[in-house]
Amino acid sequence: MPEPKTAPNIANAEALKKMYEDMLLIRRFEERAGQLYGMGLIGGFCHLYIGQEAVIVGMQAAATPKDQLITAYRDHGHMLACGMSANGVMAELTGREGGYSRGKGGSMHMFSADKKFYGGHGIVGAQVPLGTGLAFANKYRGNDGVCMTYFGDGAANQGQVYESFNMAELWKLPVVYIIENNQYAMGTSVARHSALADFSKRGVSFNIPGIQVDGMDVEAVEAAGKEALSFARSGKGPIILEMKTYRYRGHSMSDPAKYRPKEEAAEVREKRDPIDHFGQKLIQRGVATENDLKEIDTRVKQVVIESADFATTSPEPALAELYTDIVI
Amino acid sequence: MATQILMPALSPTMEEGKLARWLVKEGDVVKSGTILAEIETDKATMEFEAVDEGRIGKLLVAAGSEGVKVNAPIATLLADGEDASAAVTSAAPAAKAEAPKTETPAAAPTAAVAAPAVEIANDPSLPAGTEMVPTTVRIALRDAMAEEMRRDPDVFLMGEEVAQYQGAYKISQGLLEEFGDKRVIDTPITEHGFAGIGIGAAFDGLKPIVEFMTWNFAMQAMDQIINSAAKTRYMSGGQMSCPIVFRGPNGAAARVGAQHSQDYANWYSSVPGLKVIAPYFAADAKGLLKAAIRDPNPVIFLEHEIVYGRTFDVPKMDDFVLPIGKARVVKEGKDVTIVSYSLGVGLTLEAVEKLEAEGISCEIIDLRTLRPLDIDTVIASVKKTNRIVTVENCWPFGSPGTEVASQVVAQAFDYLDAPPGKVTGKDVPMPYANNLEKAALASVDDVIAAVKAVCYRS
Repeated sequence: MPEPKTAPNIANAEALKKMYEDMLLIRRFEERAGQLYGMGLIGGFCHLYIGQEAVIVGMQAAATPKDQLITAYRDHGHMLACGMSANGVMAELTGREGGYSRGKGGSMHMFSADKKFYGGHGIVGAQVPLGTGLAFANKYRGNDGVCMTYFGDGAANQGQVYESFNMAELWKLPVVYIIENNQYAMGTSVARHSALADFSKRGVSFNIPGIQVDGMDVEAVEAAGKEALSFARSGKGPIILEMKTYRYRGHSMSDPAKYRPKEEAAEVREKRDPIDHFGQKLIQRGVATENDLKEIDTRVKQVVIESADFATTSPEPALAELYTDIVI
Repeated sequence: MATQILMPALSPTMEEGKLARWLVKEGDVVKSGTILAEIETDKATMEFEAVDEGRIGKLLVAAGSEGVKVNAPIATLLADGEDASAAVTSAAPAAKAEAPKTETPAAAPTAAVAAPAVEIANDPSLPAGTEMVPTTVRIALRDAMAEEMRRDPDVFLMGEEVAQYQGAYKISQGLLEEFGDKRVIDTPITEHGFAGIGIGAAFDGLKPIVEFMTWNFAMQAMDQIINSAAKTRYMSGGQMSCPIVFRGPNGAAARVGAQHSQDYANWYSSVPGLKVIAPYFAADAKGLLKAAIRDPNPVIFLEHEIVYGRTFDVPKMDDFVLPIGKARVVKEGKDVTIVSYSLGVGLTLEAVEKLEAEGISCEIIDLRTLRPLDIDTVIASVKKTNRIVTVENCWPFGSPGTEVASQVVAQAFDYLDAPPGKVTGKDVPMPYANNLEKAALASVDDVIAAVKAVCYRS
């Protein structure tokens, strides 16, 4: 039987294409950020999200506008996926007045109360109690928001993560803990840093359920995200999603990633790249054509070029900003 | 020979208590573990057990007696064959009950400290004729939280033992009953975790009061307090707010050793993004805690266990709120300015009584808030007295007193007739031995010596 020429469900097709576009935006944005870093326009630490795009995009597809999110310092993708502007994020990376924190936060410290994005935190694991506290606020107020709290396989070894797990389950807080297992805590592989490599089981002693998810498959992430959010929203307490993913670049811009063979990253990129494979799927299913994807690529490139332009022309913050926003 | 049973100390700081009820009567045979009586401190009612075997001779203190001093004889214990008229040994070993848990040093002395002979100036911000009610600092803090919780449903209290136990130091007494367990929340022993949860809730606009059983335990939570609470407004370019109060007893109580006795005034006062309050008087404790709860910034509220049981006047007003960042001239004087905060103010008042008797007129400034520091009030005073001594109990390196001295030297050098004097806790971990602990803390004699030194008197 010949395959149908058009997608069976147009509404869903748009949503799928949107996910593709969101992932591609993150990829192109991060590539450009890497370039600006190389040109000396971005300073300090800059942790790129390339390779992990399906995690945040799939989760955002599953989330509702009342759900909050919070993460660590590999945060550019999270900000773009929750609808923060590429201009504002890129201008923060260059430390300019037009940045989300008016140049005072940098790559690791951006926030948008409007988009319910609560940072952007530089201390490994510290965002986990904070996200649990946001969930506490949801329960206290009696709204049905859920806080999506992201952290990596490295942060999963911090003590405060387990302090949070205990209270979240004890008080049945609406929180989804998303462990982005990209296989490396900076330069130390999971096998070298974790006694138990299955992070979905990290909540077992607190009676918190966990699910392992293919974090390179945006649809699998979305499905698991919906299930987890629904679980937490229904008052059953926290749940863990372990996203098996991979970062292509080093830990930060200054990391040559010598601790792993080059072939490893090349193989993941070849066989499991979240964007390429999802694009192929869309074409195979008749959801999008090659031409559709090219158009998306053009649009995304334009957004990214504009953001780089904005980020390099926006002025540095006024010197008077040194003493503002400390206490009010 | 009969032995004496002595009034037990039931906490590190207890000096006297109430013998609420006898559970034995004269003539009863008791053995080790028999419950003899119920002793009431201002914090808890505790059972008091016999250590030795014997027969109760005389009950020396009637049930219901208040203010029974620790180590006062309360009963006699007879050996076999003795009767109640048997002579009593004078040096009986005290039968001491253990405090329930080392982390919960119990009540401060129950007795109100006698009002100092030094006359304390009225707070000029109060309307004339305001009625004053003698209140302990403990109750003043409780009332401040209760009033703010009635006023604003977003205010809640969380911490170890704040709810069912009624507070390790009884500060939250009655709050669970009034506000319920949604707003008065017992946490597990997990300071790092619940500090972070409080901060996260504050990011969302709630107004948590996080109680640390003592500030010593908050070192576990230091990263969250500094990196998450203090810095986020700045790092977000002003977008985020963290309206949270961290409070609890700070500094040395009595005989609890180095890990339970640190004064953190210098640590927190050094952090931009925090406000730091360290009151002495009950009215300041109340008015400033209410202000702290309403403040949109993270506030560190440093209390002192020794002060909890002290009684001072608190104005009777519907809504008594004091401004953060304003020092108070507690007493005017002309020869020397003494700047202090928290328990140091009590020490200063004792010293000043003696100094004035020797003809040295002292002006006393209670900083009340350490950050922002009200240096203007200090400078104005130094311009009048030309001498300054700072009095505090934290370690000397980088202490608030050191900062005050530095700013005074920079801004009023030409007015000084002597180098600034500084009284602090000594530069050592807190020792346990009674004599060493006394030597490690700032003392009345230290203050007197420092004041005389800047006045060139011996």
